Amino acid sequence: MTSATSADAASETQVAKLTADGEKLFAANCASCHGLQAQGTEDAPTLIGVGAASVDFQVGTGRMPMAAQGPQAEKKPVQFTDEQIAALAAWVASLGPGPSIPEAQYLEGDDLATGAELFRINCAMCHNVAGAGGALTEGKFAPALAGVEAKHIYEAMITGPQNMPVFNDANISPEDKANIISYLKYVEESGSPGGLDLGNLGPVSEGLFVWIFALGAIVAITIWLTAKSN
Amino acid sequence: MSTDTATATTAAPAAEQKAPPGPGMRFVNWGANYIEDRTSLSGMVKELGRKIFPDHWSFMLGEVALYSFVVILLSGTFLTFFFQASMAPVIYEGAYPTMKGVEMSAAMASTLDISFEVRGGLLMRQVHHWAALLFVASIGLHMLRVFFTGAFRKPREINWVVGFLLFILAMAEGFTGYSLPDDLLSGNGLRIIDGMVKGVPVIGTWISYLLFGGEFPGEAIVGRLYMLHIMLLPALVIAAIGVHMILLIVNKHTQFAGPGRTQENVVGAPILPVFAAKAAGFFFIVFGVIMVIASTVTINPIWNYGPYDPSPVSAGTQPDWYIGFADGMLRLIPPHLETEIFGFTFTWYILIPIVVLGLFLVVVALYPFIEGWVTGDKREHHIADRPRNAPARTAIGAAGVTFYAVMWAAASSDLIATHFRLSIEWVTHTLQALLILGPIIAYLVTKRVCLGLQKKDREIALHGFESGRIVRLPGGEYIEVHEQLSDYDRWRLVSYEEYAPLMVRPNTNGKITVSTKLRGALSRWFFEDRIAPVTRAEIEASHHGH
Repeated sequence: MTSATSADAASETQVAKLTADGEKLFAANCASCHGLQAQGTEDAPTLIGVGAASVDFQVGTGRMPMAAQGPQAEKKPVQFTDEQIAALAAWVASLGPGPSIPEAQYLEGDDLATGAELFRINCAMCHNVAGAGGALTEGKFAPALAGVEAKHIYEAMITGPQNMPVFNDANISPEDKANIISYLKYVEESGSPGGLDLGNLGPVSEGLFVWIFALGAIVAITIWLTAKSN
Repeated sequence: MSTDTATATTAAPAAEQKAPPGPGMRFVNWGANYIEDRTSLSGMVKELGRKIFPDHWSFMLGEVALYSFVVILLSGTFLTFFFQASMAPVIYEGAYPTMKGVEMSAAMASTLDISFEVRGGLLMRQVHHWAALLFVASIGLHMLRVFFTGAFRKPREINWVVGFLLFILAMAEGFTGYSLPDDLLSGNGLRIIDGMVKGVPVIGTWISYLLFGGEFPGEAIVGRLYMLHIMLLPALVIAAIGVHMILLIVNKHTQFAGPGRTQENVVGAPILPVFAAKAAGFFFIVFGVIMVIASTVTINPIWNYGPYDPSPVSAGTQPDWYIGFADGMLRLIPPHLETEIFGFTFTWYILIPIVVLGLFLVVVALYPFIEGWVTGDKREHHIADRPRNAPARTAIGAAGVTFYAVMWAAASSDLIATHFRLSIEWVTHTLQALLILGPIIAYLVTKRVCLGLQKKDREIALHGFESGRIVRLPGGEYIEVHEQLSDYDRWRLVSYEEYAPLMVRPNTNGKITVSTKLRGALSRWFFEDRIAPVTRAEIEASHHGH
């Protein structure tokens, strides 16, 4: 998985053209922080060896280019087309070996229970059991996982963006990564069996709901019942 | 409706008896006689049926608590038919796909079965849990009403304490119930309790092993909590509700000041038939609200949390709202406060929260006695205060609410940080400062607001309210015409009791004791700033002036 890129199958000339396009795009959009040779500057880390997966994740979710320095790069509307992202990824991948964009077979697993268990053990302490997200230190946070593309979830696990640790293949096998992705998609698509999920935030949203809506409704009813008729 | 008096409604049944009885009525009469001959119940029915309940929306909050408790009993009984309070490991083979083949306790597996296999089971679980949250919330609001209107004063101090015990029992019921499914969230809650117990010096570890039947989590705790949850605690709650109701009947209900309402009477609707009919209707309304919420809104999705395992802790792990203040206090205490003396470790970051929470609850429980001692007031009070007319008490209450609210907010510090895009450290530090400063600010602001409102009331009582009608006088001067209140409206504004600070006097031995001095100081603190109620002479004088 680590050295082969998805562009391997394509012909040599196409790869060369893609890489050349990527270099130009990089120079125009990324080099001011990462350096012309992606060697890194005081403002941003080197990208040599981060692999195509990293670029696909960071640029494909709109995190890069960053709008401003902050506690962490945040998701925003994507700035490049799919071809441009592929070109950038190809050029960065050509600088040194690193994780590549995952094949489709690793994006869908068939063991939801294992995926759920691995998610609870490895991911839930930051992302919450239902992937609703959670707080980290100093204004950083683990984002909510609903609506994130399967390949981006996979890439996040193998590249460890922002504050996320890397879950390499020895840690969680590619098949189990696929199970985790399937679990998240199941939670997202099946909806809550009990009705409105209140953001899957647990007892805090339940408590606010009971005070504002349940007790609110009942107090309104008591006022109505004891109101004097005009 | 609220001015129906007892004498007005007891005339109705007498008139009805004149009509010739039909077959249905004859049966009812026979039945009533049959029961009466064997139980002599009529005396009690007559006595109870003529009890009067005043009408005000805030007087119905305790009823909400009672009715949600009935809903809890009904739905809880249904749940006991299917729940297995056992921590024996089983492999889940039920319907929910993300749990298939996972090892879990029988408690968790049976809760999943209730949710996905038992017909109506998920609805009943949600009814039970939502009703429980509403139960404690309505108790809280009911307590605030009693506090802020001074309805805890003599002769109702004991009933305040019984109500306080109900509040504690309700929290205990809630927490034991929350822990039963043995899911990840509830297991983490128990782990915090275990940590707090173990933090107590010397006996902590012993107590923890006793509770859990060995090292946490053990295989005993769910069965033990289940017995508490369905047997001991409900029995105590029902007994305490009984005492609460009996004392309510003995003491009679308080009422707000108004024409014809005195310390000696109660103006309102009698239990039979008006109040009982309204109460029964209101029960179904409360039941209906709970059903609507339970059938449309998820609560405690244990299928997301999964079975308990001591290693994972999910982000956003919180207790149910009523334990939140305790969780919040643990989050607010600065870390690393620990000393080691003679080989014993004193974990102050556990002990200080336990002491602070304990003291807070003790002050709440004993407040009627504290205020009674400070004011030296031995009279009975049946007229409820408007909160503004007891500025010191209202300010103390506001300070208490603020203190509680800051602890409560701290329990969700992580969610505040993510949802308002703040840094969690600053959320915590701000709440730490607010825990100390908030109550002080709330006290000062509330007291001034109360005094301001009293001044406004006094002004309106004496000079009427601004009518918005501007009149030009012959001399060219413009004045706004003030309209006088009706006597009924004025009654509400002027009828309250005035307290003055106690004089510090020497006792029979000619000495001024420390406790007398303290009492004098507290009394000054309570009553130094005050607005005197408007007197009849003042009203008459102001009328002559116009």
